[in-house]
Amino acid sequence: MADVLFWIDQLGMALALAGGILSVIGSLGVLRFPDLYTRLHAASITDTGAATLMLFGLALMAGFSQEALKLLIAWAFVMLTSPTASHALANAAWSSGQKPKLGAFSLMSGKREPAEADTASGEKGGAP
Amino acid sequence: MTEYAPHLDTNTIVNFGLLAMLLAVLVAIVRTRSLLAAVLLMGIYSLISAVWFVVLDAADVAFTEAVVGAGVSTAFLLGAILLTRTESLTKRWQDMVMPGLVCVGAGVLLFYAALDLPLFGDPSAPANAHVGRFYIEETKNDVGVPNIVTAVLASYRGFDTLGETIVVFAGGIGVALMLGFGERSMGDLPPALRSPVMEALAESDHHVVLRSVAKLLIPIIALYAFYVQFHGEVGAGGGFQAGVIFAVAVILHALIFGLADTMDAIPPELARAFAALGVLLYSGVGVINMINGGNFLDYDHLFPLAFEAGLPGSHLSGGYHHWGQHFGIIIIELGVLFTVAATMIAMFYAFAGRAADVVGEGARG
Amino acid sequence: MSSFVGYANYFAVIILMMGGLYVIFSTSNLIKRMIGLSILQTSVGLFYITTSKVFGGTVPILIDEDDPARAELASRLDPAYFESAAYDGVVYSNPLPHVLILTAIVVGVATLAVGLAIAVRVREAYGTVEREEIERKDRIRHAHESYEDELDETEASEADA
Repeated sequence: MADVLFWIDQLGMALALAGGILSVIGSLGVLRFPDLYTRLHAASITDTGAATLMLFGLALMAGFSQEALKLLIAWAFVMLTSPTASHALANAAWSSGQKPKLGAFSLMSGKREPAEADTASGEKGGAP
Repeated sequence: MTEYAPHLDTNTIVNFGLLAMLLAVLVAIVRTRSLLAAVLLMGIYSLISAVWFVVLDAADVAFTEAVVGAGVSTAFLLGAILLTRTESLTKRWQDMVMPGLVCVGAGVLLFYAALDLPLFGDPSAPANAHVGRFYIEETKNDVGVPNIVTAVLASYRGFDTLGETIVVFAGGIGVALMLGFGERSMGDLPPALRSPVMEALAESDHHVVLRSVAKLLIPIIALYAFYVQFHGEVGAGGGFQAGVIFAVAVILHALIFGLADTMDAIPPELARAFAALGVLLYSGVGVINMINGGNFLDYDHLFPLAFEAGLPGSHLSGGYHHWGQHFGIIIIELGVLFTVAATMIAMFYAFAGRAADVVGEGARG
Repeated sequence: MSSFVGYANYFAVIILMMGGLYVIFSTSNLIKRMIGLSILQTSVGLFYITTSKVFGGTVPILIDEDDPARAELASRLDPAYFESAAYDGVVYSNPLPHVLILTAIVVGVATLAVGLAIAVRVREAYGTVEREEIERKDRIRHAHESYEDELDETEASEADA
């Protein structure tokens, strides 16, 4: 029994470590990628992924307790807010006329002219 | 007693790492000309310092710094730069020399003075050995709540906290006197001049994600505020943090659903009334103690002694704490919650209401 | 090494404080000055919390007698040091600076809002929040007023004559 607990603890530490490494890779992506959308991609995916790994790792280390429950609630919160924030950012950037530098987006850009974007889009960036 | 010598442990290493990050953010704030970037960097600065507070065992402070620094003050600063301008002027390097010299000079003097301070982490330092030690040792007997910070905040130094609550209230009055209560902005303006951001948000369909997630989150945030409020005696939390969290929920609602909708839900009159009610509640507890024969804010006298003696588990009936302390702390924390939450909401209304006016002018500095 | 660990926090806090002061002095933009003031204020908080830390200590929330966390916390520390610093079997950090800074942060945001409100009113009155432009406009207005006063006086003296 004690052996199992020991290995669960080790697994938790490994997950937390993997989360840490993932967020470092994510911040490298934010620094290195060429435009806002790819940077946002790097930031948001590694953000939720790293948070998931770390919170689950910590929950394993905490064992079957109140702390583990709190960590899971925090995880649910992160899974809700972080993609929403990225979505809002990308949305604001798109409607203020930011075009992606990579990929074949010429098909998409015909649908929605950036000129019809809202006048005060700067305010939306603050919303999330 | 052995001589204290600090040495590196994990805690201290993390502490240094976070301080290095703070210095990096500071350099970025000093260098940037864009005020928007400076405001967002300020939020990051607050968040990092909140993590640093956790590392240095100040859980309550970290909580406050996270919700205030990264939440409300960022919202206020954003509101202010929308109303003024978003870039500062470039300065000639000649204008930077004098301030730089003054700061370096003052810094060198402070460095010299810092060498006389007790070493980092010394348990026998004057600050930690006398009155701080007293609070740690006596809280259990005097107040009977596990969170010593709450005990000191609400009971030992309740007078001080009353003063701070009144300062927050006075700040709210000051902002309202200068910017209005945010009422004239929405009602009087023709529809075309209402805040175009809010209108655009309400009309466009591509904010449906934002709106549905906000709908899900706002009640949870408000509920969490009350958890923080009533959990404040046992764990980190209390009236200040809870008030700001509640205000953040309201501000989020205003940003996503429009100021008019929020003002329908929480009218400015209500916010004003609750700001005053909080201070009244807090000082009312003090007055009740005086009526019952104690000092101002001495919660041991919150209940008449004859009544307290009848309660199970109190000092007077053989237990180890005063029930008066418990109830006193709960009531004054409620007063702090009312004042802080209502003041922050009123301040946000004031700034957001002005935003509509300036958009109406059609000019921005 | 020991003296570096003992003082490094103070030095870092002083640099942060002076950075905030530099932002206040060097910029003429009122909003940026408020940001500088915020940094200065936060670094004062950092200083207070630095003094409150007790080596090997924990958050000042009393731990139950039968909590297993007690033994774990105690096992990390040197027994002689633990003996000198612990109260009731646990080393707690000093709660008093926490209280002072907690309330100072909330009061800080209230004063920040007042400052920003003043800046907004200044912008409405002068059309700018840059100190130099405000001073220039003040000088111009002052010159206008004194010129008009002179005009009034000469008119009055002419009427007398």
